[in-house]
Amino acid sequence: MLCQDCGKKEATVHLTQIINNEKITLNLCDGCAEKRGFHSPLQGASFPLAEFLSGIIDKGLLKESAKLKGQRCPRCGIAFSDFGKAGRLGCGNCYKIFRDQLRDLLRKIHGSDLHRGKIPPAYGDVMKPIREEKRLEDELKKAIESENFEMAAQIRDKIQALSRNKK
Amino acid sequence: MFEELAQKSACWLSGEGTNPEIVLSSRVRLARNITTFPFPPAAGTDTREKVLSYVRSAITKAGDLKDGSFYDSGELSDLDMSFLMERHLISPEFQKAQSSRGLFVDKEEAISIMVNEEDHLRIQSIKSGLDIKSSWETADKADDQLAHSLEFDYDPSFGYLTSCPTNVGTGMRASVLVHLPALVLTREIEKVIGRISKVGLTVRGFYGEGTDVLGNLFQISNQTTLGRSEEDIIGDLERVTKQIIEYEENSRVTVCKDAKDQIEDKIWRAYGILTHARVLTSSEVMNLLSAIRLGLGLKTLTSPSLRLVNELLLLSQPAHLQKYHGREMSQNERDMVRAELVRRKLRG
Repeated sequence: MLCQDCGKKEATVHLTQIINNEKITLNLCDGCAEKRGFHSPLQGASFPLAEFLSGIIDKGLLKESAKLKGQRCPRCGIAFSDFGKAGRLGCGNCYKIFRDQLRDLLRKIHGSDLHRGKIPPAYGDVMKPIREEKRLEDELKKAIESENFEMAAQIRDKIQALSRNKK
Repeated sequence: MFEELAQKSACWLSGEGTNPEIVLSSRVRLARNITTFPFPPAAGTDTREKVLSYVRSAITKAGDLKDGSFYDSGELSDLDMSFLMERHLISPEFQKAQSSRGLFVDKEEAISIMVNEEDHLRIQSIKSGLDIKSSWETADKADDQLAHSLEFDYDPSFGYLTSCPTNVGTGMRASVLVHLPALVLTREIEKVIGRISKVGLTVRGFYGEGTDVLGNLFQISNQTTLGRSEEDIIGDLERVTKQIIEYEENSRVTVCKDAKDQIEDKIWRAYGILTHARVLTSSEVMNLLSAIRLGLGLKTLTSPSLRLVNELLLLSQPAHLQKYHGREMSQNERDMVRAELVRRKLRG
C-alpha cells in the first residue's frame, strides 16, 4: 500500500481513529507521518487528534462559512473560514462570535456542549444553576421515555422554578 | 545544557508505582489560555513575549513551582529540543512553534509547563506506573496556584477555551503509556484497540502491518474533553487500563502455554544481542528491550531491574546519547556508542 499523502513511498504507519462512529484511517510513510506530527510513543507528548478531525470539520464548516459571509472576530480578526482551514481559533472571544457554529461542532466532536468539569472559583455561582438545569433536563427526558409522567411533571416544575430564579 | 540530566533517567520512568511492568507512566496535561490575549498561533511576537513574562512571573509566585528551571526557547538548540521531546517534557508542536516559547520543569520532572505552544499554557504532570489520579492532582494544584496570578479564558457553558476545539472544556488530556507484547504476539491487539475506541478513548501505537510494533508501546488517552468531569474521564481511563492489563496478562498465559520455548528463546536472544552487539539502532534497542521487559514479567529473567530497562529505553534515544557524550554524532557513530552504553549498563 502506498502512502496516501505523497503517493510515492510504501505506507508503514497505519492509524485508525473512530470519532462518534465515524472511522478515519490514515496510511502513511514514515516521513509523511512525522510531518503530520505522529511520533513514536517515546518521542514526544503530542496528541494530534486535530489532524484526524480535519475531515469532519471541513464538511460541516463549508456550509457554515457561507452563512457567516466573512464575519470576523473583532478581537483577533479571524474569520470563520480561516478556522475551517487551520482548525485553530484565534482567541477566547471567537467562542462568543461564532458561538452557534461552534456549539454544533463541539457536539459533533465531544458528543456534548456543556462543560461539567473544573470551575474556576470566580465562576462557581454562575455555573451551578446552569448545570442543575441541564441535569434536570436529562432527567426529564428519561422520565418521559419511561412514561413516568408524574415524575416528569415534578421535574418540569423544578426547571421552571430555576428559570424564574435566573430572571 | 542538560548534560547532567542526560546522565540519569526521568522520575516517571523509575519503574515504581502500580503495575509498572505493563504501565510505564501516567500523564495528565491541562490546556489553559490567558484571557484577552490571542492564542499563540494567532498572536504576534509582542503578545507572545508578554504572555511569556506573565507566566514566568506567575510561576515564581506559585508555591509548589518555585523549585525548578525556566528555559527560554531562544537558548535551546535543535538537539536540546529533541532531548526534551525524548523526555516527554515538550511536544513536537512546541519544537515547531514560532519564537517566544518557554518551558518550566520542576526539579523532580513531575511537573512541566510549556508556554506558547498551541495554547498559552500546557501544564503537564507525569508519574511512574498506573497513577493517573496523582498526575491529575499535581496538575490541578499547579493550575490553582497559577490561577491566583493569571485569569484563564473560561466560558460557563464551554469550560476552558482552547486554540483547538478538540481540547475545549476540561482542557485535559490524560494518558497512559502501556507495554503490550503478548497482545501483539497473539494478534489480539486489534480487537482490544477496537473495544477501547468504542468507549471514548484513543490508542496510538506505531506499527507496520504484520510487523512488530515499535517496542510494543501504546499510548491510550481520552478522546473528548467536554461534557464530563476530570474525575469521570480519569476514572474511565483507569478502569479501561486495568482491563487491558488483565487482557495482556491473560495473553501472556496463552503465549506461555502455546509457545513457551519459542518465547523464552526470543527473550534470551534479545538478551544476547543487547549484551554483545557492537552496533544497535534506536528502534532495534526498543524492540529488544521490549523482549527483556516481557522476560521480567514472565520471570524468564530475574535481571536487569525494570528500572534499568526503563533507563536504557530513554538513555539510548538519539538526543540523549549525544547529550550524554556532550557532542553531536552521526547516525553510524550513535549506533556504536548506543551498543557500548547498553552493554556496559547491562553487564553492571
